Amino acid sequence: METIKKIIAQAASDAVIEEAQRLTVTVPPKQLHPLMKALHDNEELPFDYLISLIGMDWGDKLGVIYLLSPSKDLTRELVVITATEDRGNPLLYSVTDLYETAHLNEREVYAMFGIRFINNPDMRPFLLDDTWNGFPLRKDYDTDPARNPVTVISSEVRDDVPRIMEDENGNLVESTTRVFEKDDYIINIGPQHPSTHGVMHFRTALNGELIKKIDVRSGYIHRGIEKLCESLTYPQILHLTDRLDYLSANINRHAVCMCVEKAVGIEVPPRAQYIRTIMDELNRISSHLLAFASHCNDLGATTAFIYGMREREHVLDIFDKTCGGRLIINQDVIGGVMFDIYPDFQKDVKAFIPYMRKRLKEYEVFFSKNPIALRRMVDVGYMSREDAITYGVTGPAGRGSGWSCDVRLHKPYALYEQVEFTEVIRTEGDSYARYLNRLDEIEQALQIIEQLIDNIPEGEIQGKVRPIIRIPEGRYFQSVETGKGEFTVFIESKGNKHPYRLKFRSPSMAAVSVMPLISEGEFLADFIGIGGSMDYVIPDIDR
Amino acid sequence: MNYKQPLELTGLIANLDAFFREHLSPFWASVVEGLLILIAIVALYAVIALALIYVERKITGFFQSRLGPNRLGKYGSIQSIADMIKILIKEIIHINRADRFLFYVAPFFVIGSSLMAFGAIPFGKGLQAVDFKMGVLYLIAVSSIGVLGVLLAGWSSNNKYSMLGAMRSGAQTISYELSAAFSLMTVVVLAGTMQLSEIVESQRYVWNIFNGHIPALVAFVIFLISGHAETNRGPFDLPEAEGELTAGYHTEYSGIQFGYYYLAEYLNMFIVAAIATTVFLGGWMPIQVHGWDGFNQVMWYIPSYVWFFGKTALLIFLSLWVRWTFPRLRIDILLNLEWKVLLPINLFNIVMMVITVLAGWTLTDLFPNLFGLA
Amino acid sequence: MDVKKIKIKAFPAEEFKDNDSLQAYIDELNAEGTNVIIGKLDEMINWGRANSLWPLAFATSCCGIEFMAAAAAHYDLARFGMEVTRNSPRQADVMIVAGTIVNKMAPLLRRVYDQMAEPKHVVAMGACSISGGPFTNSYCVINGVDKLIPVDVYVPGCPPRPESLFYGLLQLQRKVKADKFIQKKRIVRPYRPETLINPKTGEPIDMEVCLEPTPDTSIE
Repeated sequence: METIKKIIAQAASDAVIEEAQRLTVTVPPKQLHPLMKALHDNEELPFDYLISLIGMDWGDKLGVIYLLSPSKDLTRELVVITATEDRGNPLLYSVTDLYETAHLNEREVYAMFGIRFINNPDMRPFLLDDTWNGFPLRKDYDTDPARNPVTVISSEVRDDVPRIMEDENGNLVESTTRVFEKDDYIINIGPQHPSTHGVMHFRTALNGELIKKIDVRSGYIHRGIEKLCESLTYPQILHLTDRLDYLSANINRHAVCMCVEKAVGIEVPPRAQYIRTIMDELNRISSHLLAFASHCNDLGATTAFIYGMREREHVLDIFDKTCGGRLIINQDVIGGVMFDIYPDFQKDVKAFIPYMRKRLKEYEVFFSKNPIALRRMVDVGYMSREDAITYGVTGPAGRGSGWSCDVRLHKPYALYEQVEFTEVIRTEGDSYARYLNRLDEIEQALQIIEQLIDNIPEGEIQGKVRPIIRIPEGRYFQSVETGKGEFTVFIESKGNKHPYRLKFRSPSMAAVSVMPLISEGEFLADFIGIGGSMDYVIPDIDR
Repeated sequence: MNYKQPLELTGLIANLDAFFREHLSPFWASVVEGLLILIAIVALYAVIALALIYVERKITGFFQSRLGPNRLGKYGSIQSIADMIKILIKEIIHINRADRFLFYVAPFFVIGSSLMAFGAIPFGKGLQAVDFKMGVLYLIAVSSIGVLGVLLAGWSSNNKYSMLGAMRSGAQTISYELSAAFSLMTVVVLAGTMQLSEIVESQRYVWNIFNGHIPALVAFVIFLISGHAETNRGPFDLPEAEGELTAGYHTEYSGIQFGYYYLAEYLNMFIVAAIATTVFLGGWMPIQVHGWDGFNQVMWYIPSYVWFFGKTALLIFLSLWVRWTFPRLRIDILLNLEWKVLLPINLFNIVMMVITVLAGWTLTDLFPNLFGLA
Repeated sequence: MDVKKIKIKAFPAEEFKDNDSLQAYIDELNAEGTNVIIGKLDEMINWGRANSLWPLAFATSCCGIEFMAAAAAHYDLARFGMEVTRNSPRQADVMIVAGTIVNKMAPLLRRVYDQMAEPKHVVAMGACSISGGPFTNSYCVINGVDKLIPVDVYVPGCPPRPESLFYGLLQLQRKVKADKFIQKKRIVRPYRPETLINPKTGEPIDMEVCLEPTPDTSIE
């Protein structure tokens, strides 16, 4: 920690360092970039993984919070804050040259807060339309629907990219470029397309069948969850987190619950911890099964898709019997779980484990070793370890590139410290590695469940929680490992029953942001397959 | 040896012919008969297509551990009729900025080509509308017209997905046409004729696939692969590629225009299977063993068209099995498979067949006694 | 015509809820009486239409997954002849709007609906597409797709279970069977006109003009 402080002091003389839940550094905008560069490039502990980039509106100031971590030691986290007082034309410095994942995040901050980033080569708003009036996440946003009326008129997609760059003399120059050249053959993949895993919009320039360039557009399911959360109490927020990455609904919910519990100091009874962990792992299995299924479907194997869905139903049946839900199960609540397990729960789960193992073998014979499937996945969509880190691609995809990034292992929560499991890591970095990682993680999840299922202790399922939960003032982070990767909840509280600001780190957004890189030069058909192997969920990106 | 054939339609056809000849002048008799045959073929075409659509949906259900349609009629057997009624009354959308003429003409190329090929297939003893001397060549020629319809559809729709689909289809069909034609030629070398009726007749005691043993078997497998590819069905469904191109070349077609493509797709599958049956598996000829008259008689009690449709159904099942098992090929793998694997093997194979025939290594040459040729 | 006369295999009319509103719909359709011959022909056509509803899944979020589950092995949409999901709107009969529709998606939803060939139907699946669901208060969520397109059947739930979707689709079958296809009579629930106003000019939009495609410069 001392070395980090030294680096900070060297790079930014005006930095204010404070020890909160995480080590927090506040710097003026001018010194942000040198500081980030020093943190990123130092040799002892390079902070090369930007977990989250959070836009903030503190009333008098607009700013950004960066949550950083070294890729080789995920336990260390560092919070960097910068802010500007100019609300009319807020300008901050971009970190896109250091962290590729900042590209989309900074564009999102621009759309939501109106903060423009100097030196970001592409300053179009992300998620919202170009024509959107106002910046929704600012506290003074006018929610009058008349300002942004609903219309059925399609608008043209703008091709010009505004940017604001700093030249050698330190002057700011505004200019525009174009996304595509004039005679590019552009096809729109999405927003309504059978295999984009939702409503992603990839504008794709083709060179014959080969991908020349991709422009990622999103926001077709931007529901403003973060804004909604600011006016909801903490138990109410849980219902919205379920609908982010609905395939890992219960795991997302777990993150928010833990964040609030840690902030308030609520003790979760052991029985609830067991149920939560088992449910999380079951949820992971169902998420990976759906990922397998839709990946196969993207490669044109409809039968494999149906098989994946068939096994998934067995998990859903267990959910159904426990709490009546299938996809979204409302199981975790702050302080424990909502429903106790039913009497035959252990029996059902134990019956499921050997069944699933048998099916995994079947998948291997049926699809994993299919010669066509191999041709379609091996050496396709290569992502290096460095790319995975700089784009922040976590989860099975990041581990497919050889990056050990399992939150369950590095920042254990719930019962993950007590169970033994291997982190599945492959170094090939191609679609096939990502695909196999998911199947192997199903096996690991089964092992975790096996260790827990017989030892569920008796007792309460909910800890003592006040009827109205108020979180003490401060900033709180909590990461979990969802089916897609690292999901982080950030809560800034002013001591009220509502969060002042709530931000979700979306693993899918990182996965999408790397798509243009890894699919350039690939075939159109493989682009769809690579998308399947990255396994992103769009509502998680758009929030 | 004459066997009793109680269920054959040859007698009925002969009677009909005699009836018309008796009451009408020869010219008008031919016209009426021609019309009747046309109607019969179109009707059979529709019935087979509808039946195949139903069968496919049921078999897909079987492969995917589902039930498949089961609401209409027994086991959902009239599901396709409902689909047909629906598609007939569906609006045909007129597209602005499309090439109107080509857009409307395109489906007819597809359906026309499959109908023409369909007409030349020998369905049973005496159940062949036209028996060209160049039957095999005719089938190859006619079935390649279909790709024109696909290309035109993609071009005229003014839709980029359609365009990509059509271009893929063009590359794919033209490539695989070569293999299909060469593998049929291999059999022509063996059979020594292009006339379908003679090819069937020559397989009375031994099917071509056995008669030509290794080269014929290779040709059969290649024909199945390339025929399957020509029908644009998975794993060769790149022109439609649901996951990539929404619906490929027929994205902009609605109503009955789409129905034509839909029907033709199934019919082409049938035609490929039917050609393979006729050329390699003895067509409508029942299984017979030279000298075993009792056995042969029993076989002949099963009418020839049942043999034909039975063998074809087997091949169709195989094709469905393949379709629902494999993931889709990519365009480069697809073309590599054809130009670097199938075509060289095929060229070599045709030479092998010539040698086999000239050297007298076919089964009929080696064991003439077995087949009553001595 | 009586609503009880509409037969769905294995589902007696009594087991359906909300028979009254369907009866009201039928009464409205039949207000002018029916020609017997046309009526019979209608019956046949409607039988075909009702049993061959090919869906287009306009899936934006969670409900889309439940639609997939409904089409997969455990529930099997194919039993009703509805498994032929057409990805091209031109070939689909029923659009299943599964998920939240936000402002940015509204023009696209309308465009896909307009691309569908008549006769077409819409099923609003899930709370979001019925009313905005949990996101009603959001700044950019449309509170119900019936503001943009006419909706035939609403399937509540968040997300609805596949069984609910089946129930909704069977209700749609009943509704289709009550239609008068030949006389071109089908009552479409009016959608909110305020979305048909051009925000730039404040003028009402003429859909005919609006749907003229923008000149395509890419193919020349």
